[in-house]
Amino acid sequence: MSSLKQIKCECGHVNPEGTVLCEACGKPVEGNEHIDGNDQKKLLNMRYEGSARRSQTYNRTIVDKVWNFFSSVKVGVMLIVLALIASGIGTIFPQEQYIPAEAEDRNPEVFYEDWYGIFGKVYYELGFHNLYGSTWYIILIALIGVSLVICSIDRYVPLRRALKMQRPKKNAIFLSRQRLYSETETVSDADKEKIMKNLKKYRYNIFEENGNILAEKNRFSRWGPYVNHIGLIIILFASILRMTPIFFLDDYVWVREGEQKVIPSTDNKYHIENKKFTIDFYEGEEAEKFAEALERGGEVHKNYQTDVVIYENESDITGEPDEDDLKPILESSIQMNKPLKFGPQFMQYTLYQSGYQQNEFSEMSFKLFNIDSEEEIGELTIDLYNPEDTYDLGNGYVVELNEFYPEYELKDGVPRSKTKFPRNPAFILVVHTPEGESEVNFLGIGKNISPNDDDNEYRLGISGYELSYASGLTVRRDYTLPLFGIGALIFMIGVVQGMYWQHRRIWINPKDDGLIMAAHTNKNWHSLQSEIEKVIDGTNVKMVVDQSEDGSVDEDDTL
Amino acid sequence: MSTDRKKARQKKKRNRYIFRAAVLAVLIFAIGFAIVSNMNKDKEIYRVGDEAPDFQLSQINEASEIEKIRLSDLRGKGVMLNFWATYCEPCEAEMPFMEELYPQYDGDVEIVAVSLDLNQLVIDKFVNKYDLTFPIVHDKKSEVMDLYKVGPIPSTFFIDPEGKIVEYVSGPLTLDKLEGYFEQIKP
Repeated sequence: MSSLKQIKCECGHVNPEGTVLCEACGKPVEGNEHIDGNDQKKLLNMRYEGSARRSQTYNRTIVDKVWNFFSSVKVGVMLIVLALIASGIGTIFPQEQYIPAEAEDRNPEVFYEDWYGIFGKVYYELGFHNLYGSTWYIILIALIGVSLVICSIDRYVPLRRALKMQRPKKNAIFLSRQRLYSETETVSDADKEKIMKNLKKYRYNIFEENGNILAEKNRFSRWGPYVNHIGLIIILFASILRMTPIFFLDDYVWVREGEQKVIPSTDNKYHIENKKFTIDFYEGEEAEKFAEALERGGEVHKNYQTDVVIYENESDITGEPDEDDLKPILESSIQMNKPLKFGPQFMQYTLYQSGYQQNEFSEMSFKLFNIDSEEEIGELTIDLYNPEDTYDLGNGYVVELNEFYPEYELKDGVPRSKTKFPRNPAFILVVHTPEGESEVNFLGIGKNISPNDDDNEYRLGISGYELSYASGLTVRRDYTLPLFGIGALIFMIGVVQGMYWQHRRIWINPKDDGLIMAAHTNKNWHSLQSEIEKVIDGTNVKMVVDQSEDGSVDEDDTL
Repeated sequence: MSTDRKKARQKKKRNRYIFRAAVLAVLIFAIGFAIVSNMNKDKEIYRVGDEAPDFQLSQINEASEIEKIRLSDLRGKGVMLNFWATYCEPCEAEMPFMEELYPQYDGDVEIVAVSLDLNQLVIDKFVNKYDLTFPIVHDKKSEVMDLYKVGPIPSTFFIDPEGKIVEYVSGPLTLDKLEGYFEQIKP
C-alpha cells in the first residue's frame, strides 16, 4: 500500500494528494472539501484554484518535515509576531549605544544590572541591549525570509499547475457553486457566435473544447504576489550583505584645517589631511537674483569645500607612522554633492562633505604694554593646537604660558577646561621682565585679570585671533543600495501587477439546447458583471446572478 | 503499467526531494553567512577575551628609558592601558590611584596612559602637577583610539602577561578596584 495516493477524478484527470478542486474540471474532491471550508458554504472557495498545497503525506524525511513546517502561513505570521514583540521589548531600556553618559559604569555588562536590577540583567543576558546585532534576532528575521521563500514556492507551483491544467469543460457542481451563475434553456448558434465575438472584443483569450468555452484574461495578475515576494527576498538579501564591511560601512570624522588624522573604519590604512576648508556665500548680483529664496531660507551657502590629501599608510603597526610610510595617493577636493572616492576598486571608500564647525580658535595674539608709558613692548602669537612653553619678545622680555584652558570654565571656583577643543581659550601668562620680575596675568575672551591687581607694571591684551574651520566628513561604502533599489522596484511591479489587473474567467458550457454560464474573478466583481452584460447584450442568454449570500466572498483573495 | 506509473511517481518524488533540499541548503547558507558576518562585525571591537591589538606611540614624559612604547614589547608583564585626557574629571580622579600603585607593582604591572588631548602642552602641565611616573603617550592622530574603538573616557583595558584583554572598564576606577585588577593581571 502506498501512502502516495493520487486522486482520479470522474473526468479522468489524476490530481495530486490534497487537491480540493479537480485541476481539470473543478469538481470538488470528495473528502477534501473541509480543507478550504467548502463543506460549510454554498460557494466554492477558489483560493489557489483549490490546488494541493503542502502535501501532508511526504513527511518522511527531515527535508520534507522542515519544508512543511515553513510552508504554513500560520508559522510565517507567528514569526512576524515574535519579531514584533522582540522589537517592542528592545525599546524598554536604552540600546547599548545610547547608554547615558552619566552612568557610573557604561560597560553594558554592569550598566543594565546597576540601573534596572534583575530585569536589566536578564535584558542584557538575552541580548536585548544590542537587538539588531543579537544572533537570535538575526535568525528570527532570517526565518521570516525562509518562510517567505517556502510559502511562495509551495503555493506558486501548484497554482501554476492548476491554471495550466484547467479545461474549458467544467463539472456541473463546480459551475453551480460559482458566485456568478446563470442557466439559459435555449440559445441559438447566432447568439453563441455573437458572444464569442464580444468576448474577443473585450480581449479575452478563448479556449474551446467540444463546444465548451473558457474565456480568460489577465492571468498574469495572479503572479503579482509572487513577484512581490521576490522583491522582498532581494531586500532581505541586501540587508544581509549590509552587515559585512565589504558591502557597507558608515562613519564620521572631523578634520580641522591643517590637521592630519586617521580615517576611521579603514583599519588605519588611510589618513586624511585637511588643507583648506572653504565656504562661499551668495554675493552681489547672485544674491539679488536669489534674494527671495535667501530671505526665506535663512543662511544659504553656495559652496562647501574641503581640499584634502589622502595618504595610504604602509606602516605595519598602528601609531605614529614614519613620514615615508605615509604615501600621498590623492590630492583633491570634496564638495557638497561631489564626494571623493578612493581606495582599490570594489573596495572603495567615499567621503562626503557633511558638516562644518567654526567654533574653534586656531591662533591668538597678545600685545604687551607698559601701563605707565603706554609703550608697546612686543607681540606674541600662540598656536592653540601647538602652544609653546615660553615666548621670547626680545629685549629681555619673556612670556611664559603657565596654564592653557582650551574651553575655559570655572568649576567650584577652580578654572579648568570643559573639553580639549579651543572654543573658549583662557591662559595664565607670566610676564618676565628684564629686571627679573614676573607678573601673572589671566587672559581669556572678555577676561583680563591680574591677580596682583594694580601692582602690575605691564599689561597684556588680546590683539587678534584666527578662527579655524573643522570639516565634518562622512566615510561611507555602500554597495547594497542598488540591490535595495532593484528589490523595491520588483516589489512595486508585483504590487501593481496584482492590484491594477484582475484575473477574470467566464465558463460557458452547453447543456441540452441551452448553456450554463459561470464567472470568477479575484476582485472587482461589479466590473466583471457589467462586462458580462455587454458580452451578452442583444442575445437571449440570461444575465449571471450573484449567488453570494452577503455579496462578498473572499474579496481579499490575493495570494 | 502500474510499475511504470510507480517508477514515474518515484522519480517525481526524488526530484521534489532534490529541489526542496537544494532550496533549504541555499537558505541555510544565507543564514549562516548572515550570522558569521554579524559576529565578525563584533570582532572588530576588541574587548575581554581578545588579544590586545598592538600599537606604538612615543613616550612624552621620561618615565622609562624606552622612547617608543610598543605594546607587544611589554609581554610578560601585566599592562593597564588607560585612555584619558586632561580635561576629563573622572580621569583626573583616578590618576593618583594609579600613581600610588605603580611603584608597588614595579616590574609586574606596566601602566600605559594614552592621552587623547589635542596639544602636548596641557599634558606636560598635567604630568608635572601630579608628578606622574608611569609612561604617558599622546595619540595625536586618534589612531589608537580608533583601533580600540574607545568612546567615552576614561576607558581602561587590563591586559595579562600573554597579551590578552582580561578586563575592560568604561568609567572611573576606585583604588580598591584598581588593586584588584592589578592582582589579576600580574604574572
